[in-house]
This record gives sequence, C-alpha cells and structure tokens, in this order.
Amino acid sequence: MTKNMLILIAEDDAGHFELVRRNLWLSCVENDIMHFKDGQEILDFLFDRSNGSKFEGSDRYLLLLDIRMPKVDGGEVLRRIKEDKDLRKIPVIMLTTTDEVGEIDRYYELGCSFYMVKPINYKKFMETVENLGAFLSLESVRVPTIEA
Amino acid sequence: MRTEAVIIIAEPDDSCFSMIKSGLRRAGISNEIIRFCDGQATLDYMFVPDEGGKLEGNREYLLLLEVDLPKTDGAEVLKKVKEDGELKKVPVIMLTSVDDAETVERCHSLGCSMYIVKPGEPDGFSDVIQKIGLFLLSVEIPQINGVERTSGIFE
Repeated sequence: MTKNMLILIAEDDAGHFELVRRNLWLSCVENDIMHFKDGQEILDFLFDRSNGSKFEGSDRYLLLLDIRMPKVDGGEVLRRIKEDKDLRKIPVIMLTTTDEVGEIDRYYELGCSFYMVKPINYKKFMETVENLGAFLSLESVRVPTIEA
Repeated sequence: MRTEAVIIIAEPDDSCFSMIKSGLRRAGISNEIIRFCDGQATLDYMFVPDEGGKLEGNREYLLLLEVDLPKTDGAEVLKKVKEDGELKKVPVIMLTSVDDAETVERCHSLGCSMYIVKPGEPDGFSDVIQKIGLFLLSVEIPQINGVERTSGIFE
C-alpha cells in the first residue's frame, strides 16, 4: 500500500486495538497507525482542525471504525464523514464485534467500504485481521489525498 | 461473504478475466461469477431486471469493475450504481489498469470501496487477486432488496 497513508483506528476497547495493530504489523502493514478511543475523538481529529488537531491535508487516510463506542457511535461518525465532500473520499472499513445482520445494510447505505465482523474466537479474529492486513499492504491499492 | 453472494466482473480482456477468476477460486471463493465485457451490459444487468437482466432481490452482490470499459466507462457505471437508492449498497472494487491520481480521486469520491491497480506481471497479478479473495471471505456483504429501482437513466 502507499507508504504515506495513515491508518486511523477508532476503537474503544484497548485490547482489541492492540490485537488489530499487532496483526496488521505481522501482515507487513508498515503504515503509521493512530488510535482514537471514541467517536468524538476521531470526529475532532477530522473536523476540528483548528483546535490542535494533527490532521494534515494532502495526506492519505484509511479508517477502521468500530460501531459501539462512547460519546458518538460509529454509524454517526460514518455519516458525518460521508456527508463531507472531501472527507468522503476516505475509505472506511467497519470493524465490529456485533454481528447484527439487519444493520449491515445501513452501514453500506451510509457509504462504508466494507463491513467486517471481529470473530469471538481468538484464532479466527487473528485470521480476519491478517486477511485485512494482507489486503491493505498490497502495493497496488490506491487511496486519494485529502485536501485540508 | 456468504457463498450465495454473486460476484459481477466487468472486464473486457479475456486473459485478465481468466486470471481474476482463477485467482479468486484459488483463494477458496466458490461463488457464482458473472462477467460482462462492457459498461452498458453491466448496467443493463443491474438496472433492468425485466429486460434480460437477472439481478434478484434478497441476494448479495459484489462488483469488480475495470475503469477502461467500452461503451460506458467504469467510473460512469460506478456513478450510476452509487446514485441508485438500493444498488448503492453493492460494494464496488475498482480493479483496473488505469493508474492516475485524478481517476483514483474521482472513483473514491463517487463511492468505490477500494481502488486497486492491476500489476503488470502475471505473478504479481495472481498474488493481488488471491489477497483480494481472502479478504473478501472475511467481509460481510449486504443483500439487495427486491424493491423497485429508479429507471430514469434509460429514458
């Protein structure tokens, strides 16, 4: 994958975040990773750029987004991003523990790129993140720059 | 992705298509694959169920789309799919020989799920397809409801 792409992970469960980060790394994903602990933090990063946010334009981003998070949930974060004419270009992959089949529709309607369920089973969880990592580390994946 | 999901591939080149298909099979994807050689045929299949198209309700679909397609180009196909209230749910992966920043930006802006450039050499291509395939096995794909579709674009 393009090396100058920042992977943003919005995930309130610190243990899950570590597992995802570690397994992306094991799958040769060498991109920088930023962690956000709730929906408000990631929205502040992307939208409230005057307020000390490190968001820089002319950079490439990809977001892994949990659904159940404090303050602002993943669905609302996704909606806000996809309504913005610049930020909507950021690929957003939902990475969630809850397999609510009726809900999958809603996130695709809002414009997520993919919806992935984190399996309860540890080994399967690792496999899922490995497959994600192998996909993201492909050199032929193209992500656009976002203007500040 | 469940095995019931249908993979639609819009790819005009025969050898490219056969590499994509065999790569997906090698990754363990046994899903039905339907191929179209141009953009218009792809749109007809997706939008006009009564006129030769067979898109069924309550099934999952995924679209692999070349940008450089005869008749209607891939970006235009993407635009039409993403403008439709129901079909917009279909994940669209651009898998293309077109590699310029402007097209990448346009397709992401229109709502493609991912933009992947076909590697030049066959080994690299095969590897890319297998990784896409393994990833897709870990992804949930939404069903398309059997509701009325917008028909305006063919009038």
